Parts: sequence; C-alpha cells; structure tokens
Amino acid sequence: MTPDSYTASIPNWVPRERGLASSMRTLRQALSVARKDLAIEFRTKESLNAAGAFAIVILLLFSFAFDPAADATREIGGGLLWLVFAFAGALVFNRGFARELPNECLDALLSSPLSAASLLLGKAMASFVLLLGVELVSMIVFGIFYDMRWWAHPAELAAVFVLATWGIAALGAVFGALTVNLRLRELMLPVIIYPLLIPLLIAAIELTNALFGTQPLTPDQLLWGRVLVVFDIVFTALAFGLAETILVN
Amino acid sequence: MREKVVLALAVAAAGLLAYNLYQIFMVLPDEAAQGAIYRIIFFHVPAAITGMIGYFVALTLSILYLSSGNLRFDSLAASVVEVSVVFSVVNIVTGSIWARIIWGIWWTWDYRLTSALVCVLIFSAYLMMRRAIEEPTQRARLSAALCIFGCVDVVLVWKSIEWFRTQHPGPVLSIRTGGGRIDPAMEHMIYLNLLAILLLATALVLVRTRQEQTAREIDSLRRLAHAA
Repeated sequence: MTPDSYTASIPNWVPRERGLASSMRTLRQALSVARKDLAIEFRTKESLNAAGAFAIVILLLFSFAFDPAADATREIGGGLLWLVFAFAGALVFNRGFARELPNECLDALLSSPLSAASLLLGKAMASFVLLLGVELVSMIVFGIFYDMRWWAHPAELAAVFVLATWGIAALGAVFGALTVNLRLRELMLPVIIYPLLIPLLIAAIELTNALFGTQPLTPDQLLWGRVLVVFDIVFTALAFGLAETILVN
Repeated sequence: MREKVVLALAVAAAGLLAYNLYQIFMVLPDEAAQGAIYRIIFFHVPAAITGMIGYFVALTLSILYLSSGNLRFDSLAASVVEVSVVFSVVNIVTGSIWARIIWGIWWTWDYRLTSALVCVLIFSAYLMMRRAIEEPTQRARLSAALCIFGCVDVVLVWKSIEWFRTQHPGPVLSIRTGGGRIDPAMEHMIYLNLLAILLLATALVLVRTRQEQTAREIDSLRRLAHAA
C-alpha cells in the first residue's frame, strides 16, 4: 500500500492533519528516517570510512598536481575543497538508498505510513550530517597539509558550509532515489548530479575562497550567498513536490 | 497522415534552408570587421534558440506526462530533448569555429559557452538515464522528474555563470538590444534561418517520436511474448 492509498483508506470522519500539524508530522518522520540511517552508518561506517578516506586521498593527490606551498594554491583552496566534497558526497548518496535494496527494505518503507517526502527529507538529513563530518575531517587535514588558516571568519564559513552542504545533500538524496534501481547506478549518479550542482559549487567556491582571506566579504561576494539560499529553497521545494513521483511507482 | 505532415515539414525546411543558404552566401555582403566568418551567426544563433526552446518544450511535456500519465508525452519529450541536444552541439561547434578565427582559440570559459556546455551535459545525462531504465512507465516518470530538475537548474546555471565571468559578445538581436547592433537585413536572415531550423527540428522530433513509440510497442509485445 502506498502512502497515498494509505491516506485514501482513512475514513472521512477521521480528522486529517493540516498545515503546521502535517508539516510537524513530516518533520518527525524525516527525523526518524535520518536517525535510523545515522545509527546504521555509525555502526557499519561503510560510507563514512569510504568518503573520508577518499577525501584525504584526493587532497593528497592535489599536492602533486599543484605546489602546496604556493600562494596560488591557497587562492584555489576553496575550489579544491568543494570538488573533494562533491566527489565524497557521491559515495554517501550512492549508499543512501542502495542500503534499502536488500530484503526489499525500500518497498517496506514506502508501504509504511511514512510519506515519500519525509523519506527523502530524512535521507537528505542523514547525508547532510555525514557530509558535514567528512568536510570537518577534510578541513583539518587541508589546514595541516596545505598550511591553510581557515578560521578568520568561522561563523560565515560555517554558514556557507551548512547552506552548500544542504544543497548537495538535498540534490544527492533526490538523485540517489532516482537512480537506485538503475543499471550502472554508481556511474549514473555523478553524471547526473555534477552538472546540476554547478551553480551551487560556483557559489560555495567563491565564498570559501573569499572567507579564507582576512578581508570581510564584499557586496558582490554576498550575492553568492543568495545563490546558495535560492538553490537550497528551489531544490528542496522541488524535491518535496516530486518525492512521490520519484519514489512511489 | 503523420508521414504527410513530416514530409511537408521536411520539404518546407529544405526549401527554406536552400533559399537561406543562397541569400547568406551569395546576396549578403561580408561583415565590415569580421569578414566572411560572420555568416556562421546565421546557424549559431538559431541553433542555440532552437535548443533552448526544445528544453522548455520538453519541460512542458514532462509536466503534462506527470499530470496525465500519457506515454505519448514522454516519447515526445525524449525526442525533443534528443533533437535539442543535437542543436545545442551544433551551437557549440559553430561557436568554437567562429572563436578560433576571431579570438584565436577554440574555447574560453565565458558564461554563455560554459552554460551551453552545462545544458548539453544535463540533457545528455537525461538521455543516458533513459537508456539505463528498461521499464517504460518507470523510465517516463524518472525522466520527467530529471527534466524538471534540469530545466530549473539551467536557469540557475545561466544566471550564476553570468555573474561569474563574461567574455562572449553581447546580444545583437534587436529584441534584446532595442536595435543598432546588427544590420536589419542580417537580423532578418537570422530569423528566417531560425524558422528553417525550427521546421527541420520539428520534422526530426516527429520522426524520433514515431521511432520511440514503435520501440515501446515492440518492447510491450516482447514482454507479452515472454509472459505467455
């Protein structure tokens, strides 16, 4: 039974949740899914270890491509980091829905009273937390390997990381769901997701590079903050709107 | 009936293209600053506009598929995207040839070039994903979702890369500039060639839609035969 047919089977005399109550219910369900995914991940550590190790290896490889001591490397540090996060993110998103495939767990989740939107939101939340963890580790490694001082604007940098990571996680959850049953799933996800992430990556790279310096952000640079916010709102809304289409047959 | 429409469109497109080619190469003079190579604009700009129109037609068709469940909209959307990607590639290739002559380089990371490339990549991913899904309704549903995400992203890509870097020549058509950037005879020829290319694109879309529908019918017959 799909969530739609489940809702349709509730008799008319049962009061339906509307507005805030419905949103809170979706949020509670999403938090349950995120908690479940994070509990599985912290027990098995399969995505976290793979993504963390992958991020560090890529950071190491960059040191052969560029001179790690050069000032120019510091200027493109934001670009290096966000490429690493985007690559590491693909590993996390690939596992997000794929872990529900054995034993028909995805069908079981979709047959439960859980709405498709809350399932997608929960998956995005779990990926968001995991990716933030990978980013934190990478930032520490990056600071040591490349002698980067990235704590000049900690609050602004944290805001950029949260906004950009949410955008990547939301899109990653959508396309993780969309590609979960495909042949060549691992290949298709990056092919689809990276071109779509370009506006977000440009904004994140521009802001991160600016925040690695000691100067405050200029109005032109603040424009990129708006790009991040617009990207997050638009794609989170689209993900909610198309969740049933993507997940429920 | 459909074959006759396709034939009529193809003949009209061929006739108009032949007339346009004669006008472009034999009647219009060389441009003062660029010489003969400027003529590439008569294919470059209409191909770009045809590609863009196609993506947003595909968006409309994808929404129509999701609201109606009619697989004809899906076949049409897939055909439109395929033809649009071809015209976007024509746009990029003609632009590169022009850039090699005028700028001395094949490529620069200007916002219009980069955005055009990103559009091709997004919709190539759409076409690749379609090939990776066997079941027709699942393919239609997921493709429609990807098309909606892709079209929304194209707008964001275009705006963000525009802020990021700009080197490409500014708009020349008078609907964008208010006039004065291009000779009216040359602008007229761009519109005439746009019409020819749109006719050609429509004929190609109809041929591809027919192929898509036939492929789906063969697939369902194959499934029926396996089930029996």
